Amino acid sequence: MKGKYTVSLWLAGGLLLLALLSMLTGRSGFMTPGDLTGALQGDSRAAELTRLILVELRLPRTVLACLVGAALGLSGAVLQGLTRNPLADPGLLGVSAGAALGAVIALYTGIGMLFALAVPMLGLLGALAAATLTLSLGSGGGTLVLILAGAAVSGLMLAGTALVLNMAPNPYAAYEITHWMLGSLADRGWDQVWLTAPFILVGAALLLGTGRALDALSLGEQQAASLGVDLSRLRRRVLVGTALAIGAATAVSGTIGFIGLVAPHLVRPLTGHQPARVLWPSAMCGALLLLLADVLTRLLPLDRELNLGVLTGLVGTPFFIALVLRLKRVAP
Amino acid sequence: MSRIAAQSIRVRRAGRTILDDVSVSAGAGEFVAVIGPNGAGKSTLLSVLAGLLKPDQGSVSLDHRQLADCTPRELARVRAFLPQNPRCEWPLPVHRLVGLGLTPMLPAFGDFSAADVARIDNAVDACDLTAQRDQPVTTLSGGELARAMLARALVADPAMLIVDEPLTGLDPRHAQDAARRLQQLAQVQGKLVIASIHDLNIALRRATCIWALREGRILAVGAPAEVIRPQLLRELFDVEACVCGSGAQAFVDFAP
Repeated sequence: MKGKYTVSLWLAGGLLLLALLSMLTGRSGFMTPGDLTGALQGDSRAAELTRLILVELRLPRTVLACLVGAALGLSGAVLQGLTRNPLADPGLLGVSAGAALGAVIALYTGIGMLFALAVPMLGLLGALAAATLTLSLGSGGGTLVLILAGAAVSGLMLAGTALVLNMAPNPYAAYEITHWMLGSLADRGWDQVWLTAPFILVGAALLLGTGRALDALSLGEQQAASLGVDLSRLRRRVLVGTALAIGAATAVSGTIGFIGLVAPHLVRPLTGHQPARVLWPSAMCGALLLLLADVLTRLLPLDRELNLGVLTGLVGTPFFIALVLRLKRVAP
Repeated sequence: MSRIAAQSIRVRRAGRTILDDVSVSAGAGEFVAVIGPNGAGKSTLLSVLAGLLKPDQGSVSLDHRQLADCTPRELARVRAFLPQNPRCEWPLPVHRLVGLGLTPMLPAFGDFSAADVARIDNAVDACDLTAQRDQPVTTLSGGELARAMLARALVADPAMLIVDEPLTGLDPRHAQDAARRLQQLAQVQGKLVIASIHDLNIALRRATCIWALREGRILAVGAPAEVIRPQLLRELFDVEACVCGSGAQAFVDFAP
């Protein structure tokens, strides 16, 4: 293998480039750095406006894309390591469905109109409620029990969301709810960043600390336990970390599929397949993918901006099919 | 570590008694072969001795210290455990798999130190895997995988090694090879090795002590030549057997 940090360095470089691209790209089109410095010169109204767009619109959007993408990539890598299943994704524990239900309730009841952060706040509450439910259902059992509990909670939350949609008072409300669920980072500002960043960072710190235990788990649960890994503590830690990171991410951006599933797969062969060494690169890869998707939604010449979740789904599915085909070749 | 002792162990699962009043002990330099029919409770006994399963009654002590009072990490530093058919879920290179055995010694973050790498390379060489050092574990043959897992268990230099059916699934050459390694660990390096073994010939020739287990109870404990006799084998397995020869030439055969 090449240098220890080669993969991380490449990913960091790509991330920086994409962040720059994201700062230069708007609905109105692409600006070269030269145009930008030109537009920022002087005290004219136009320069003031450009500055405002950059600092108050594009910068928070870029930061959020990085945070949300990193949360998805990291949590996907941790869950795949915990379950030793390459198909695990951040939605596995019911957390993102809970966040969606919370946000949808905020939109339905009109609480969302009361103050700016109502939707993400309720989303966060929903995620934490779902995680609590999964934990109380699944605690004491093994990893399989935890996954089944997550599936049950996920089903319950989805049913709740469907119920709210069903009860929507008018087509416009239903449209608004559906639109939110498709995922987007448009029109997010610094408020959303400050609300969710602490949760995402604390969750990510919890998840990054699981590396050693996930490595030991590649030998199966019995051997991991014999190596001193406390499995029930590990499961709790993963659930709480995912609830904080993914709950906050989903609460601010809506449901975004495939990134959490795909990012670990992209970096795994480059890092020697060891679960702990996949975590950081997977977080960076997730941030990179989401940033790329977000820039694409702005650049695609369509009448209205494509939702992020739609784009990641459209691009993610072919990748998923490629994964299936490769698996078929490798493991007959 | 010099001695492990189990006192009146009882384990019940789903209304069934799996181990019933089992008391055994063994010390450094011994190679204990646990024999008995399928379902006798061999794996359960090994899990209890490894501290991975809490018995419903009774206690296990490790050098006058109760196993229940040790933290999992403390325990992981003095004993290694290999379950039946150990597998690795990701295609890690062999030296990375072996390095997982150092988990209880490592800090929460960071890669291996130079000393760790040297220990890993020693374990890899000692188990004759030098040529496979960088090969993905998933491409190893059964015999190579068994050696890689043994290297994983030995890399941290544990005082006690508990192995559940290490010879199952190996061809005669690899089975003999694995048994010889276990014997050397006990007799040359002075470790305590406890392994469940179905091949009675290997148990007879290589082990220093036999624990015969049936339906959760100890039927006999003692030196191989004293325990592996036709009458005990009949009680243990319900088969007619004859034990011929003695010492290194001794062997067991079963009547059709």
